[in-house]
Amino acid sequence: MSAAGNEWPLWEVFVRPKAGLEHKHCGSLHASDAAMALQLAREVYTRRQEGASVWVVPSAMVTASDPAEADMYFDPMQDKVYRHPSFYPLPAAVDHM
Amino acid sequence: MTTLTSIRLRDTPALRHVLRYGDTALIHAQRLTEWCGHGPVLEEDIAFSNMGLDLLGQARSLLAHAAVIDGQDFDADALAFLRDEAQFFNFTLAEQPSRRSSAHSPGADFADMVLRNFILASWFKQGYAALQASADAGLAAIAAKSLKEVRYHQQHNAGWVVRLGDGTPESTRRMHAALDRAWPYVAELFSHDAVDDWAQASRHGPARAGLGVGWDRDVDDVFAEAGLVRPPGTPFISTGSQGVHSEHLGFILAEMQMLPRRHPGARW
Repeated sequence: MSAAGNEWPLWEVFVRPKAGLEHKHCGSLHASDAAMALQLAREVYTRRQEGASVWVVPSAMVTASDPAEADMYFDPMQDKVYRHPSFYPLPAAVDHM
Repeated sequence: MTTLTSIRLRDTPALRHVLRYGDTALIHAQRLTEWCGHGPVLEEDIAFSNMGLDLLGQARSLLAHAAVIDGQDFDADALAFLRDEAQFFNFTLAEQPSRRSSAHSPGADFADMVLRNFILASWFKQGYAALQASADAGLAAIAAKSLKEVRYHQQHNAGWVVRLGDGTPESTRRMHAALDRAWPYVAELFSHDAVDDWAQASRHGPARAGLGVGWDRDVDDVFAEAGLVRPPGTPFISTGSQGVHSEHLGFILAEMQMLPRRHPGARW
């Protein structure tokens, strides 16, 4: 593998397994532009019939939460069972909650 | 140790007609797999292998169909692994060296494989499209299924022909060199012989010469975008589709056939 692979921008790949379902993030790849990213996403992530639709997004466009701040971001939800509606009976008509 | 002896197929136009497609797909697939692990980037490496596997699938269907036409109870594996060189009818272009570093493949380049892929996929696209109307319903069905695959191969490699042809001075130089190496073998794709006459008369498939118009259109569009100019034609017409091959096919078959011939019935 030459250095060229490292110079190309990174893309995030989202695949929709079939019509009606949502696109799911399934990995990333290097490509020089959007058209190539789409073709290579097809090669790398849908070659065993996984997909009905593919999105590619430049990784640089993704704003991500900082793993170092995960405690501040997510821990406060851990001990607050009252955030879940589990303390009152549901009407029978509401099956799946 | 037993070594399987070669098989001989009947020599009929119907069989040669199918084997031109099937053997070209098989030998082209074998050349593509030589790139496995050697692509310029991981993603394209996988793409080459994917296309090789598509072509192998086409070859499998076509050789199985040829075995039925031959009527001697051979199967697709026997046709792939037990025929001698003169019984293969692939285009000479498909058997040309594809990788610089393989011992018996001097001089070739990634640009060669991309260009060859483009040239052959553009040809298969025309060929399979026409074969869909074949009087041989089995062949028409294989063509309809394969057409989807080669349409993608054609588009994928067209992208690379443009990127390399109209890229850096180095990529342009190498794409031009690849074009000069490939071009002498292109005339064969549109040449004409008794098998073409038979195919046309019996409505089993197109005569090769008739595929040129659509192929020209696809190739000229991409070459224009890539800044490539077709080299001048020469009187030379290669003869792989007649069973008369370049020195390279023997090496491919030696590698491809050694294991099944030495170890009949070998399994993973």
